[in-house]
Amino acid sequence: MPGKADKILEQVERSRVWRSIFRSGQGSSPLHRALAIQQNVFLHLFSTKVRKRMLGFSATWYLGALTLGTFLILIITGVLLMLYYHPSVPQAYADMKDLQFVVSSGLFLRNLHRWSAQVMVFLVFAHMFRVFYRGAYRPPREFNWVVGIVLLLITLLLSYTGYLLPWDQLAYWAITVGSNLSKAVPLVGDKIHFLLLGGNEVNANALLRFYVLHCLILPLAALLFIAVHFWRIRKDGGLYVHQSDPKTVAASKEAAPVKEEK
Amino acid sequence: MSDEKQREPPPPTGELNRRTFFAKIGLGSLGIAAAGTAGFAYQFLSPNVLYEPSPIVNMGKPEAFAMDSVTMDSDSAIYVVHTAEGFFALSEICTHLGCMTVWNQELGIIKCPCHGSQFTQDGVVIAGPAPKPLPWFKTWVSDEGDLMVDRSTTIQPMEFLRV
Repeated sequence: MPGKADKILEQVERSRVWRSIFRSGQGSSPLHRALAIQQNVFLHLFSTKVRKRMLGFSATWYLGALTLGTFLILIITGVLLMLYYHPSVPQAYADMKDLQFVVSSGLFLRNLHRWSAQVMVFLVFAHMFRVFYRGAYRPPREFNWVVGIVLLLITLLLSYTGYLLPWDQLAYWAITVGSNLSKAVPLVGDKIHFLLLGGNEVNANALLRFYVLHCLILPLAALLFIAVHFWRIRKDGGLYVHQSDPKTVAASKEAAPVKEEK
Repeated sequence: MSDEKQREPPPPTGELNRRTFFAKIGLGSLGIAAAGTAGFAYQFLSPNVLYEPSPIVNMGKPEAFAMDSVTMDSDSAIYVVHTAEGFFALSEICTHLGCMTVWNQELGIIKCPCHGSQFTQDGVVIAGPAPKPLPWFKTWVSDEGDLMVDRSTTIQPMEFLRV
């Protein structure tokens, strides 16, 4: 009964509770729709108005949005994996094996986490190549490119710190080799190596430090920079329009260059 | 009262007015606090006690090592080499990126499985990306007659231990 459902929905939308949470009010006028974006704490990062063409696949290939998608999958699966994983030397490897063979859906979640991580690294690079070859890094978007570089580094560090957590031979030697790279930093290389591992070798301290970095510090940093990254898209004039595209050139001649309000 | 009216006249050169004085005091204290925080963080993140194996290892009686032999001890990550000139202990950790090298008896060389570095039994690099030779560790004979190795102290190559 669609009529009844609509009525209930309308009643809910008119209720005091609903209106105290969503302030854009009822209706579907352009103003209401703009307010719905502008007054939402998450959506207000984005532009209130976007060209319809920019939401099509060909404009961006959705690479940035897909990267965010893999990141959200990684957060959800990662939090679930944390419920069965102890970051300690005697338990870490056994917990990882338990996740594979004992915990219900553990294998699925672990594989989803692992594959999403691989896909996220791939998508980050694909996104960057797309932005680079389209010239979308040029002013006024040059700072957002820098934010993107920071996000690339955070992505790679998340991959790297997650690599140690299974605590198998591959993890141990990969982190031994990788952390030794930090020794190559002039003057303070040995200190960085010592602080990173919390000791001179990959051991219990290193496992715990990598765990905290992987599960808390780096994801929080990523979320912060992702928010800045999205917000800057709006601030820098919306999604990039490829100028050499004939349709775009014609459109931009018609309507003077679109300036976003602050 | 607008901000414009409150603004003080620019100070004569070399003098501070109240506003810049307090701004400098404020920034200075923030700088001191930031330096203190950095020092605190550095000290906190550096462990004062490490639960790592002792760098000094007891390799047992020297007689157990045959003449012209290279003995690989993977637990302590050292080679004990016995030649006609005497004993010496060589690090098993590759100087490139810290992998565990392996003694190859047939070829008489030390090989790293990670990136292909090769060393002679004296630790000299003969191939691969290793930037430095394998270090020699300090060795001595304990009062009980055991061969001791200190992995935290390196010595010059070709300083043999004669027993």
